[in-house]
Amino acid sequence: MRASGVVKRFGDREALRGVSLSAGPGELVAIIGPNGAGKTTLLSILAGIARPDAGEVASADGAIGWVPQQAALYRRLTVEENLLLFARLEGHEDPRASADEMLELTGLGERRGEIVARLSGGNQQRINIAIGLLSRPAVLLLDEPSVGLDPRQRARLWEFVSSLAGRGTTVIFSTHDIQEAERYGGRVLVLADGESLFDGSAGELREAVRSEAPEAADRDFETAFVAYLQHRGH
Amino acid sequence: MRGVRWLLLKDLQILRRSPLQAVLLVAYPILIAVLIGFAISREPSDPRVAFLNEVPPNTRINVGGQELPKANVKDRICERVECVFVDDRDEAEEKVESGDVLAALILPANLVNQINSLSTLTPGVPEIEVLVNEENAVKAELVDDRITSLLAQANLQIAQRIGAEGGRYLGLLVNGGQFSVLGETIQILGLRATAQILKTVTPALPPNLRPALEEVTEFATQARDNLDVAKPLIDRLAQPIAVDKVVVGGKSPPLEIFAIAVAATLTLAFVVVLLVAGSLALEREENAFSRLTRGLVSSGGLLGEKVLLGVVVGLVVTLLMLFGMQVFSPLDLGRVPLWLVAILFSAAALGAAGAALGAAAREVRAVSLLAFMVTLPVAFLSLVPSGAVGAGAFDAIRIFTALFPFKPALEAITAALDEAGPGIGGPLLHLTVLFAAYAAIARLALRRFAAV
Repeated sequence: MRASGVVKRFGDREALRGVSLSAGPGELVAIIGPNGAGKTTLLSILAGIARPDAGEVASADGAIGWVPQQAALYRRLTVEENLLLFARLEGHEDPRASADEMLELTGLGERRGEIVARLSGGNQQRINIAIGLLSRPAVLLLDEPSVGLDPRQRARLWEFVSSLAGRGTTVIFSTHDIQEAERYGGRVLVLADGESLFDGSAGELREAVRSEAPEAADRDFETAFVAYLQHRGH
Repeated sequence: MRGVRWLLLKDLQILRRSPLQAVLLVAYPILIAVLIGFAISREPSDPRVAFLNEVPPNTRINVGGQELPKANVKDRICERVECVFVDDRDEAEEKVESGDVLAALILPANLVNQINSLSTLTPGVPEIEVLVNEENAVKAELVDDRITSLLAQANLQIAQRIGAEGGRYLGLLVNGGQFSVLGETIQILGLRATAQILKTVTPALPPNLRPALEEVTEFATQARDNLDVAKPLIDRLAQPIAVDKVVVGGKSPPLEIFAIAVAATLTLAFVVVLLVAGSLALEREENAFSRLTRGLVSSGGLLGEKVLLGVVVGLVVTLLMLFGMQVFSPLDLGRVPLWLVAILFSAAALGAAGAALGAAAREVRAVSLLAFMVTLPVAFLSLVPSGAVGAGAFDAIRIFTALFPFKPALEAITAALDEAGPGIGGPLLHLTVLFAAYAAIARLALRRFAAV
C-alpha cells in the first residue's frame, strides 16, 4: 500500500498536509500522534471512504479490509448472521463457508448463535475485524482497534492481528497507546497537526530523541515520544 | 439489487428481534381499527337532559279562544335527548351540578299562559329555563347547541300549529262550515256561498239597486280568491326559508369511510415514516453506514432498501387494519386493487420523507422523536377543513400540508375506499412528485454525511 503527498481539507482547516506512507506485505505499521493529528482521516482515505484533496493512494491487487474504531456491526443479529450478511453483500460464492472460516479464525465458533449485543467489547471487536477480513484483503486498516478493551482482551486482539501479519497481510493501525505501537508496530508513523513527523521503527525514534533529549530516550517509549513532539513544537 | 435483498432481510430480522417494536406494529393498527370500528358502528348516544314540567296538566295553548290540539312538545323533545324526569328544581340542579346530566330543561308553570297571551293586547314573554354546568367550555357549547336546536324545533312546531289553525279559520271564512265557540256550534256561511247567493238574487232586484249589489258580489269573489292565496303564505310563515342543498364541490364519501381512511393513513404514516427514518439512522448508530457504502451497496441502493422496507411493512399493517375494519363497517372489496395502488404510492412517498429525516440524524431516538414531531402536526393540519380558519391561515395550511405526503395519501386512500370520494389520479401524481423530491433530499443528506 502506498500513499504520497496526501492532502485533506475540511473547510479552511488542513487535516492532512502532504502525508506519505508505504507498507509491504506482512508489515505492521502503527500510526501515532496526539488528538487531531489526522490519524483517522489518513486511514479513511487509505480505506477509500474519504477522498483526498491532493496526493495519490495506490495499493496492490486485492481488497482493502477496513475496521472502524467503533464496531460496525448489527448488535441485534447473532455473530453468524453478521458474518453471513457481510459475506453475502460482498458476493461470496459460499457465504456460509466464509462465515465458518472467520468464526474459526476469531475463535468464536462456539458463540456463533449469540446476539452480538451480549458479547464483551473484546469479542465484538474480534467480529468487527473478522468482517473486515471477509474479503481476504491484502491490506487491513484498523482504526484504534484496542480502545475500550481490558488488558487481557487487548493481548488476545494483538495476538490475532499479529497472526494475520504473519500470514502476509499488511496491517496499518492507528493507536493512542504508545506502548502498544512500540510493541506491535514494526514501523511507526508519527503524525501531528496533519504533518508526518517520523516514519521508521520504534528504535529509530528513540535514537532520534537521544540526540535531542537523552534523559527521555532511555525512559519508556511514551516519554521519548512526548519529548520528540515537544522538540518539534507540538 | 442483490445487496438490497440481503439488507431488507437483515432489517426484517432486526424487527423480529425487537419484540416491543413488532408487537406495536401489529397491535397499533388493530387497536386503532377496533376503536374506529366501535366509534362508527354505534349510534351516537343522546345527551342526558333533566326534564321538569311544571305546567299544570290539561293546560292547552289557546288561539283566538280556541284550544290548539296537544302538541306533545315533551315527547318530541325526549325523542332527541335522553330525558331524565325530575320532580322539582332542586333535583334538577343537583343532577346538573353532579354531571349526571348535561343540562336541565324546566317548563315553568306559567309557560302556556304566557304563550296564550301572545294573541292578546298584553302579550307576555314565554320563557323556558335551562340549567347548565359550564365547567367545561366544550361541554357548555355542546349543551347550548343542543338546547338552541331543541327550542328552534319547539318554536317551529308551535308556529306550525298556530299557522294550521289560522289556515282553518281562513278556510271557514272562504268556504264556510261549522265553528264551535263556548260550547255552541255556529254555522259560518263563507265567502264562496255568499257570492253565490248574491249572484242568485241580483236579477230579482230593481235595476237601480243592482250595480251596488254587483259591487258587493265582486268584493266577495275577490276576497275569496285572495284569501285562498293567503293560506299557503300563512303556512310558510312558520318556516319562511327552506334549505335547498346543492353540492357543487368537494365530493365526499360517507363519514364512516372517511374515518376509516383517516385511521388507515395515520397508521401508514406513522409506521412508514418512523420505520424508514429509524432504520436508516440505525445504520449510522451501528456504525455500519461507512462499511456498507464502501462498495457493498450504493447510497441510492441503501435508500431504496429502506423505502422498500417501509412499503412492505406499511402495506401489511394497513391491509391488516382495513380488513379488520370489515368486522365493523363493510368495505367494497371489489376496490382492493385500488387500495393496493393507493397504499403503495402513499407508502413510497411517506418512506422517502422518512428517509430524508433519517439521513439528517445520527441516532434512532432522535430521529424517532423528529419523525413524530413532524408527522403529528402535519396530520392534524391536513384534517382542517376550509372555513374552519381564516382564508389566509387556510392558504398557509394548504401549502404546508401539500409539502408532506400525508394529505395526498389521505385523499388517495379515501378515493380508493369509496367511489364517492375525490378522484385518485391527482393525489397519485402529487405523491409521485413528493416521492421524487424527498428521495433527492435524502440522497443529498446521505452524501453530506458520507463526507463527514
